[in-house]
Amino acid sequence: MAQNVNNIKDHVDLFHQPEYQELFENKKQFEGMPTAEKVQEVAEWTKSWEYREKNFAREALTVNPAKACQPLGALLAAIGFEGTLPFVHGSQGCVAYFRTHLTRHFKEPVSAVSSSMTENAAVFGGLKNMVDGLQNSYALYKPKMIAVCTTCMAEVIGDDLGAFLGNARQDGVIPDDLPVPFAHTPSFVGSHITGYDSMMKSILSTLTEGKKKETTNGKINFIAGFETYIGNVRAIKNIISAFDLEGTLLSDTEMYLDSPNLGEFKMYHEGTSLEDAADSINAEATVTLQTYTTPKTREYIEKKWGQKTYTYRPWGVKGTDEFLMGLSELTGKPIPKEFEIARGRAVDAMTDTQAWVHGKRAAVYGDPDLVMGLLQFMLEMGIEPVHVLVNNSTKEFEEEAKALLAASPYGQQATVWGGKDLWHMRSLLFTEPVDFLVGNSYAKYLQRDTKTPLIRIGYPIFDRHHLHRYSTIGYEGAINLLNWIANGLMDELDRKTDTPSVTDISFDLVR
Amino acid sequence: MATVEDNKKLIADVLSTYPEKAAKKRAKHLGVYEEGEADCGVKSNKQSLPGVMTARGCAYAGSKGVVWGPIKDMVHISHGPVGCGYYSWSGRRNYYIGTTGVDSFGTMQFTSDFQERDIVFGGDKKLAKIIDEIEELFPLNGGVSVQSECPVGLIGDDIESVARTKSKETGKSVVPVRCEGFRGVSQSLGHHIANDMIRDWVFPTADKENAEKGFEGTPYDVAIIGDYNIGGDAWSSRILLEEIGLRVVAQWSGDGTLTEMKATPNVKLNLIHCYRSMNYISRHMEEKYGIPWLEYNFFGPSKIAASLREIASRFDEKIQAKAEEVIEKYRKQSEEIIAKYRPRLEGKTVMMMVGGLRPRHVVPAFKDLGMEIIGTGYEFAHGDDYKRTTGYVEDATLIYDDVTGYEFEEFVKELKPDLVAAGIKEKYVFQKMALPFRQMHSWDYSGPYHGYDGFAIFARDMDLALNSPTWGLIGTPWNK
Repeated sequence: MAQNVNNIKDHVDLFHQPEYQELFENKKQFEGMPTAEKVQEVAEWTKSWEYREKNFAREALTVNPAKACQPLGALLAAIGFEGTLPFVHGSQGCVAYFRTHLTRHFKEPVSAVSSSMTENAAVFGGLKNMVDGLQNSYALYKPKMIAVCTTCMAEVIGDDLGAFLGNARQDGVIPDDLPVPFAHTPSFVGSHITGYDSMMKSILSTLTEGKKKETTNGKINFIAGFETYIGNVRAIKNIISAFDLEGTLLSDTEMYLDSPNLGEFKMYHEGTSLEDAADSINAEATVTLQTYTTPKTREYIEKKWGQKTYTYRPWGVKGTDEFLMGLSELTGKPIPKEFEIARGRAVDAMTDTQAWVHGKRAAVYGDPDLVMGLLQFMLEMGIEPVHVLVNNSTKEFEEEAKALLAASPYGQQATVWGGKDLWHMRSLLFTEPVDFLVGNSYAKYLQRDTKTPLIRIGYPIFDRHHLHRYSTIGYEGAINLLNWIANGLMDELDRKTDTPSVTDISFDLVR
Repeated sequence: MATVEDNKKLIADVLSTYPEKAAKKRAKHLGVYEEGEADCGVKSNKQSLPGVMTARGCAYAGSKGVVWGPIKDMVHISHGPVGCGYYSWSGRRNYYIGTTGVDSFGTMQFTSDFQERDIVFGGDKKLAKIIDEIEELFPLNGGVSVQSECPVGLIGDDIESVARTKSKETGKSVVPVRCEGFRGVSQSLGHHIANDMIRDWVFPTADKENAEKGFEGTPYDVAIIGDYNIGGDAWSSRILLEEIGLRVVAQWSGDGTLTEMKATPNVKLNLIHCYRSMNYISRHMEEKYGIPWLEYNFFGPSKIAASLREIASRFDEKIQAKAEEVIEKYRKQSEEIIAKYRPRLEGKTVMMMVGGLRPRHVVPAFKDLGMEIIGTGYEFAHGDDYKRTTGYVEDATLIYDDVTGYEFEEFVKELKPDLVAAGIKEKYVFQKMALPFRQMHSWDYSGPYHGYDGFAIFARDMDLALNSPTWGLIGTPWNK
């Protein structure tokens, strides 16, 4: 009998008991699976250069993608604004997936509604669903703003959001003054970062319409981008406050995605006030911390608001230096002393630890801005990026990444793989092994297959807790990155050297 | 305990916030069970209201995410844009034994990643090419299924034709499944469509193959239907069936293979756990092959024993005697579990909201631990599910069909259960209210919960959820 009341075994141990092992063995006779020899043979073949070439010759199939679809990003942009309810126009299953995905990463409730379109709407259009949906969601959830985006379905049948919202207002189902920004976010264009950009642009253009004043308000706008590290949101706020700036963070997801447990569920959190967001049109300038998640938004701000935009990527020491110096120049304020100390600590940590990572070969994948930030940090630590893979890449990204790598002696071995997926990465790791891999939770399959130590950085991270609460930007972020990478490698070293009298010669106490 | 009248009033109060038309519609889905009634008195399987927070998914989720996805030796193509496959990737913990990427593909995500040009020009050619590429890179795949996403149905692609051609070329099953997310009102239609495709695209070739190959049957051959092996549930069930002397020749679809599926028309009895998702194919096998089916419940020792006896009653005395032996064998284990955990859980109240079978099937497992269900409801049940629920619930239990986020929160605030048991989207809402919570779709990364071995884990998990000292930390002491 498998279970003992004092030591209840769950799936981790239960199925290794002899009775279950026997069950698995017995079940095989009915399965019709290939023989163990055949499996072994094909498994070995998938590790070869020949397989890699076939794999890279793929034209139509995507296997294990490293990108999601547009509305996910639209939701992330929207929830950082005060009292905002995301409303996804289309088939309802999509919203269930977005909410689940975000919730599993942040371990926080994520509220969003759908217009629940079905076959009828496919034939007759989704107007009725939109009107009823706005009425119901307004009545139940009393939002201050409803942020509408679309799914594939609404896009394919060609629903006209602008006209639909006009109809809804005419029908009086929502108040006249309720802001309802909307963005077309088809999943067959771009990825989740495209959706972030579209929704951010729509929210800003909706809220700021008619709010342009003669003079600026002296503030600086900050746009974090598709930012899933709550520690980074806090880091930006700290910088704003340390500089004693008047700053507006567009959008501020800190309280929504890291809400305290005070015994009460709140659907809405402070976020960026709609008033501040409306006044963002009158700011001195807008600073974005990601490039590839904000192209349309930046273009809009420059052209329509006539406002200057600046992009900084405050990763690693140099990236953070540039950001702080840029901010100082922009505002005419000196860089606060505390950053000199924080910088010194980061540099101290980096010099202390550099020997453990110098010359280590790395593979990295993720969203383009994340990967650029990681590369900046790796190169200044003497880490050598080898495989750099971005599924939702652009030509601009690929050029920028190649230029960065080419300019460093540590970037000479790197190849940038744009538009490739994690099955491509698997071939790269087998044929040209590296010392470690940086990626999100899906990389654990690559770790298992290729035995490459994994450092979890990115989105989503489902299988480790609390990493998203830390920062990856600024000087403290540099220490966190170093901590994860160096200590991850030391954990691996301990695993390699832990068998008594066989491998444990280097099982050292002092590292 | 609230009375029937209390709960009826509660429903009326909660509905008062809705616009009139919406309140009228939702009223039909909310009810109070009254003892002796033939069903739970609620309407079900209707379209969700637009603009409310429903927990429901779509037909694609029902087909790819539930029925087809866990067939381990097949490559399931999420045909359409990248998102649907990405979000349903490895979320349900359908355990399997196999070498992923070589002979098994359960935790992989294959997609045609539709771009704008595919919408404009159609995706059939791309699909054909994808199947060729799969054959080249994953030669040990047992077959392919095409799980179509919304745009595929809307642009009028002919995936059936591609499937026929490619099946001829590869000599393997290529199954087109029209499970576009806009079809139907929830996952439920996706289950049905998925079942129909097994009927139309798998069984016809199986009949031929079975006739040619011959199948050496025994009088004790059964199939497990509608167990997705979440956290290993199907295994902790299968072990009991084998222990009572039955031969399980197929397991659907958790840890299942296409070969097992094709062998199923040879069995003597189909044993169905998730009635909602796979009753269709069970009924079909009954009509076409004369195979009877039986719904069973392997949650908690009371129901496990009753189910084992009922299953055994369909066979000879040898099996019946063995069933008694097995029940006896595990009696001590279950008694020890109950002796340890019941005192910690006695009298605690629970509100549930899950998918296909659990809103009723886990009630007796809670009761075995002395816990009481005060509210339950399904995401996507049909009328027959609510009929089947009547034997499980007590008088005055609150029943909510396709409950909205708003309703669920209000009901919980009023009835103050000690534990809420629903899904990941609900989990943190209730934990913020300082309420212990267990995920009933995926067992919170735990499991199995089925069978005697699973019950031990179920009991342990309810205890760790309810009796964690962390709940006592909520509420700042200086504000109390």
